[in-house]
Amino acid sequence: MSNITYLPGKEPDQREHRLIFKNIDREGWDNSIDCYIKDGGYEQLKKAFKMEPQAITNEVKTSGLRGRGGAGFPTGVKWGFIPPNNTKPVYLICNCDESEPGTFKDRYIVHQDPHQLIEGMIISAYAVGANTAYIYIREEFPEASGILEKAIEDARAKNFLGDDILGSGFNLEIYLHRGAGAYICGEETGLIESLEGKRPYPRIKPPYFPAALGLYMSPTIVNNVESLCHVKHIIGMGGEEYAKLGTPRNTGTRILCVSGDVKKPGYYEVEVGKITMGELLNDVCGGPKNGRKFKAVIPGGSSAKIMRCEETYEIKNPDGSQRNLSFYDIPMDFDTIAACGSMAGSGGVIVMDDSRKISWVLNNINHFYAHESCGQCTPCREGSMWMRKISDRIANGEATPEDVQTLEDVAYQIDGRTVCAFGEAASWPVEAIISKFRDELEAETSEENEYLSDEAKRQLAFINQ
Amino acid sequence: MDNDTFPPFIVTPEIDDEANKRIGQYPDDKKRSAVLPLLHIIQHNFGFIDSVATEWVASKLGLEPMQVQEVVSFYPGLREHAPGKYHMRICRTLSCAMTGSAELMQRLCELTGIDRSKSDSHHNPIAVSPCGQWSVEFAECLASCGTGPVCMVNDDFHEAVTPDNAQDLLDKYDSASKS
Repeated sequence: MSNITYLPGKEPDQREHRLIFKNIDREGWDNSIDCYIKDGGYEQLKKAFKMEPQAITNEVKTSGLRGRGGAGFPTGVKWGFIPPNNTKPVYLICNCDESEPGTFKDRYIVHQDPHQLIEGMIISAYAVGANTAYIYIREEFPEASGILEKAIEDARAKNFLGDDILGSGFNLEIYLHRGAGAYICGEETGLIESLEGKRPYPRIKPPYFPAALGLYMSPTIVNNVESLCHVKHIIGMGGEEYAKLGTPRNTGTRILCVSGDVKKPGYYEVEVGKITMGELLNDVCGGPKNGRKFKAVIPGGSSAKIMRCEETYEIKNPDGSQRNLSFYDIPMDFDTIAACGSMAGSGGVIVMDDSRKISWVLNNINHFYAHESCGQCTPCREGSMWMRKISDRIANGEATPEDVQTLEDVAYQIDGRTVCAFGEAASWPVEAIISKFRDELEAETSEENEYLSDEAKRQLAFINQ
Repeated sequence: MDNDTFPPFIVTPEIDDEANKRIGQYPDDKKRSAVLPLLHIIQHNFGFIDSVATEWVASKLGLEPMQVQEVVSFYPGLREHAPGKYHMRICRTLSCAMTGSAELMQRLCELTGIDRSKSDSHHNPIAVSPCGQWSVEFAECLASCGTGPVCMVNDDFHEAVTPDNAQDLLDKYDSASKS
C-alpha cells in the first residue's frame, strides 16, 4: 500500500481509523476509475466472484456489520430474509438519500470515492442475486449524480457491470434514480414507493418487509451507502478479520459526523465503540467554544433522543450486574448508547452548549418533522403539526405551563402508533427534551398566556361568536 | 403564467430522447417509475413544472394526469412556479440554524430586494426578486452540517456562507446583484 497523505488541514485525527474514508481528502486522489484501479480497486470484486453468493452473505454475517443508515440492523441477517424459494427478480437498492439532520458522510463517498460504492454494490448484488440495482440519490446531490452516472459508465466499459461480468456469468445493471427533496424517501419503503413513481407513503411492516415484498412487490434489499462500502472491505479482509475492528457486537468502523457547538466540527471515522463521547467532543473536536460549556448532545441524528452532558446512566453489564456510566464515558457504539436511552443512529452528533435555548432547539426540530411528515397516517400528520404549533408558542414566550404537558402527551400518542418509524422519529425528540429539560421549558411559559396569546384570543373569539 | 426567465415548455427531440433513455431504466411494464426522472428533465430545462408539462409526462408514461400531479405537489424539490434565474436554497435545519442560517436568509433578501413575506410556505415557498434574477427558499438539511450555514444556488453547493460573505456569493453569479 503506497504511503497515503491527506490535503493540508484535512489530515485525519490520530484516533481515526480510515477504512471507508481512506480516500477522502487524499492527496493525489481523484474520483476516476483509473485512479481507483491503480490503488487496487475492483480486486475485491474479482475475489468475490471466486466465492459462492451464500459464502459472501456468510462473511457479512460473520463480520457483524450493522447497517450504517440509522437502524443498525445486522446487514447479513437482512440479506438472509429473502424467501428461500423465490422466483421473482431480486433488486438491490442503495439508499443515498442522506437526509437525517446532523448526518454528512455519504456525501463524501459519492463525490470523492464513487467506485468504492459501486464495487460494494456489485459484490452485494451478486450475493443476494440481484441483476438490477438502483442508487436512490437525493436531488440535492446533483454533482454526485453526474459523477455516479459517469462512474457507472466507466465500470460498464471495463465489464465490471453489464452482461457476464468478468466472465462470472453474473449480469448486473446499476441505474441512478434521483429523489426530489423529501426526507421520507430515506425510509426504505417510502424510497421504494418513490422509485415506483408514486408519492413516497411508506408501507406497513409486516407484511411489506422489502426482502419479501419490495420494489414492484419483489424481494428487495435496501442498504445505506456506507454499509455497501463496508461489504467490499469485508470481502477483502474476511469477515473474521473485520470483526476484530471495533468492539463485540459493535464491529467495524463508522463515520461520525459532529456538528454544532464544538471547535472542530467535521467527519471522523473511528472503530465502533473504541472512542468515548468525551474523547470525541473534547480531544478530537477540540472541546466547546471559548467561554462555553457543553449542555446537551443528540448522538445519532435529530431523531435520536437528546442526552444531557451532566447525566449519569445506570446500565446493565453483560453478566447482569449494574454500573454507572457518566455521559463523557459513553463509548460511541450502538448498544451502550441504546442502553443509555438514546441511539447511535446515523452517526450525526449534534452538540449544543450553554448558549442554546432548549425551546429554540426543540422548535427547530419540530418544524423539520412537521414539514417532512408524508401525511398518510393520522397520528403523525396531525400530531407533528400540533407539536410544532405548541413548540412555536413555547419558543415565542406565548405558552402556558399546561402546553408542555400537552406537547408531551401528543408525542406519546404518536409514538408506536404509525405506519412507519417516522412517528418515533418525530416524537422521540419531544419526549426526550421534555423529560430532560422540563424545568427549562416550563420556565418560559406563563399562566397569563392562557388569555394573552394570539392563539388564545382567536379561540376565544371563535367560541364567543 | 408570467415568466420571462425560462423558455416555454416544448418537447424537443433531445428531451424526448432523454426521456426514453430514463424510461428504459425500468422494467417495460413499470413505466410509472420514470415519473421523477421525467419531471427532473422538465424542471432542469424549463425551470418549473406547469400543467402542460404534467400532462405530457402522464401521456408519455400511460398515466392519468393526477398520478403525475400528486407527485409534483408532494416533493419540496419540484416547483410549480417559476423561480428566479438563480434559485437559492438555504438550509434551515438545526445545525445550520445554529450557525446563523436565519440571519443569512435575511441578508440575502436584503441584498437581492426579495420580500419573503409574500411567499406562502405551503403552496409556494419560493420568493422571487422583482427583477426575476434571484429567488430564495428555506430547504431542510442538506447533509453538510459541519460546514454551515450551507446553501445551494441552482445546482451549485456552497459551504460556510455567512451574512458577511453573502455578497461575494451573489457576485459569483451576477455582479449587478441588486434587482
